[in-house]
Amino acid sequence: MNDEVVLKVEDLSVIYNSPRGPVRATNNISFDLHKGEALALIGESGSGKTTLSLALIRMLAKSAEISAGKVFYTRDGKTRNVLDMSDREMRAFRWNDCAMVFQGAQNAFNPVLRIRDQFMDTARAHGRNDKEWVRQRTLELFKLVRLDSQRVFDSYPHELSGGMRQRTLLALGVLLDPQIVILDEPTTALDILTQRAIIDVLNEMQTRLNFSIIFISHDLALAAEMADRVATMYAGEIVEIGEVNQIFYEPLHPYTLGLLRSVPKLSHGQDELVSITGNPPNLIDPPSGCKFHPRCQFASEKCSREAPPLTEYDAGHQSACWHVDKVIEARKDLYKKKVTES
Amino acid sequence: MTTPILQFENVSRSFKKGRSTIIPVLQNIDLAVNQLEFLCLVGESGCGKTTSGKILAGLLSPSSGRVLFEGQDVARLKGDDYKRYRRSVQIIHQDPYASLNPTHSIYNILSYPLFRHGYAKNYAQARDRVGELLHRVDLTPVGDVIDKYPHQLSGGQRQRVSIARALTTNPSIIVADEAVSMVDVSIRISILNMLMAMQNDLAVTLVFITHDLALAKYFAWNGRIAVMYLGRVVEIGRTPEITENPQHPYTKVLLSAIPEPDPDRTRTKEHVALRSEDIPRLTELPPGCAFHPRCPWFVNGVCNTHVPHLALAPGGLSDTQVACIPLTQGAELKLYES
Repeated sequence: MNDEVVLKVEDLSVIYNSPRGPVRATNNISFDLHKGEALALIGESGSGKTTLSLALIRMLAKSAEISAGKVFYTRDGKTRNVLDMSDREMRAFRWNDCAMVFQGAQNAFNPVLRIRDQFMDTARAHGRNDKEWVRQRTLELFKLVRLDSQRVFDSYPHELSGGMRQRTLLALGVLLDPQIVILDEPTTALDILTQRAIIDVLNEMQTRLNFSIIFISHDLALAAEMADRVATMYAGEIVEIGEVNQIFYEPLHPYTLGLLRSVPKLSHGQDELVSITGNPPNLIDPPSGCKFHPRCQFASEKCSREAPPLTEYDAGHQSACWHVDKVIEARKDLYKKKVTES
Repeated sequence: MTTPILQFENVSRSFKKGRSTIIPVLQNIDLAVNQLEFLCLVGESGCGKTTSGKILAGLLSPSSGRVLFEGQDVARLKGDDYKRYRRSVQIIHQDPYASLNPTHSIYNILSYPLFRHGYAKNYAQARDRVGELLHRVDLTPVGDVIDKYPHQLSGGQRQRVSIARALTTNPSIIVADEAVSMVDVSIRISILNMLMAMQNDLAVTLVFITHDLALAKYFAWNGRIAVMYLGRVVEIGRTPEITENPQHPYTKVLLSAIPEPDPDRTRTKEHVALRSEDIPRLTELPPGCAFHPRCPWFVNGVCNTHVPHLALAPGGLSDTQVACIPLTQGAELKLYES
């Protein structure tokens, strides 16, 4: 990882126009993505993770509208605002610069086309007509993702297992050497052992090809395993962002703390888990002030009046909470058992 | 020892696909669910855990073998005895979006079984009892929920309704099939805790089916875990022993492969490499131990020729049973070198 920023998102907001009123699916999102890093967006369903990533490649549904914000993309020293690109430039940007692997897309291969034709089609659609180049590149990538390259290249999707399809898909994602790969729930719906293989393959690919990853997941364990930095999302906002160790060992936001307390751990003896009370908010009519305050154990009157800004507390570690001091006090017992054991 | 409340005796179940293909989903399973215990069935997709759950609950019958309820063969129960069995064993399905009828209100959904089994004679009684049930599953205030339809509730609330429905007949055993896998992380634990409290408050035995070992560990810490692989139970024992000191190669590999929500730990974890990453199809099961083509500790001439059966491993400190021939013969596991 280095300090070169490949993607700079500033105050990005997306609104869905629904019959019952505008839904603020993501609100004033800002973050930087550095070259070669893996950023995890974690949050529950409806927290705006998928909307955010779709906004980055401007693939939102028709009812959605990017109401504010800028997305600066830098490659080879040139910086452009993704939101200002023409449709044609956008088409070139997608896949060549920024690829997205959708959730469950391993089942989205065209069943009547061979894998090789689907790779050729993708390359052609994005301006690469040299078949021999595509073949070479694909076979190389298949080796990297530990697939039996020639066999997979010539097979139909149904001849591959779920794990193999997922790996084929990862290879397809990086086919045109993008700088950024967005992965939406890359391992959900896969078996544990297949999931392990995919994680290993992804890590290896990232070291070899040095692309940046934004991955979306509700799985904290996956973030702990793969991410360099983690952003916690709640009700369409990033409420905390920091390096993976900061987020897991020194969380500064009550929601992150709540999530960490509610996941069972495999190797810490008997868990004491605490659930976050209440339900995720309705985004048409979100709570006033801090959107987490109705579920927050530290909420004060100020929280219901004023929304806390995302503020930096430690180097690179930001949190949007008025009561960070209380979170620091409360997080002490988070890994207590681990400490007493060792 | 007291009679197990439910018991599988050599239960197998297969499904037909097309005219000639037979898929053996469960093979020769022996399993006892003891009175008031927490039992977790754990395994990956296709291992037969849901089928086992459905057979336990009487929704499917075994192709061969017997299911015993309080020591009596379920297939031979008649009339009132059979009714009592079906009343006593209830199931909570995985997907609360599919398991509740969208055209019926919550009151209707919960009152049908009450009338059907004679727990309520009239509207007032049913209404009271439904209120009680909703209260029991923390859907309060009851008045806000009782006349709503499933689509007006969130996923977590629906799953609570599903649990309330399982409670309508005062069951003595509840099979929860991936009951929280569709629920958001932040409310998962409250639902689990609620289920766990029922064991104590309502004297219900709980069988929990999940693919998530960490969840199983939390749920059944005082109970047992049965690990399933391709239609068989490969390891069964007390939860702390299974999660901290797994014996069977498959359990070992599984535990080593799971990422954990603790960066230091998950990144320094030792991973055991499989010999093959592909899961065999149920229609083309390998001979001998079904895990042998992938097992890192494969013993040629033993694992690929003989089917292992659950037994205690000699020298093992625990009462964990494993289905692994080298282990049950007292041999040490050695990494296979081809």
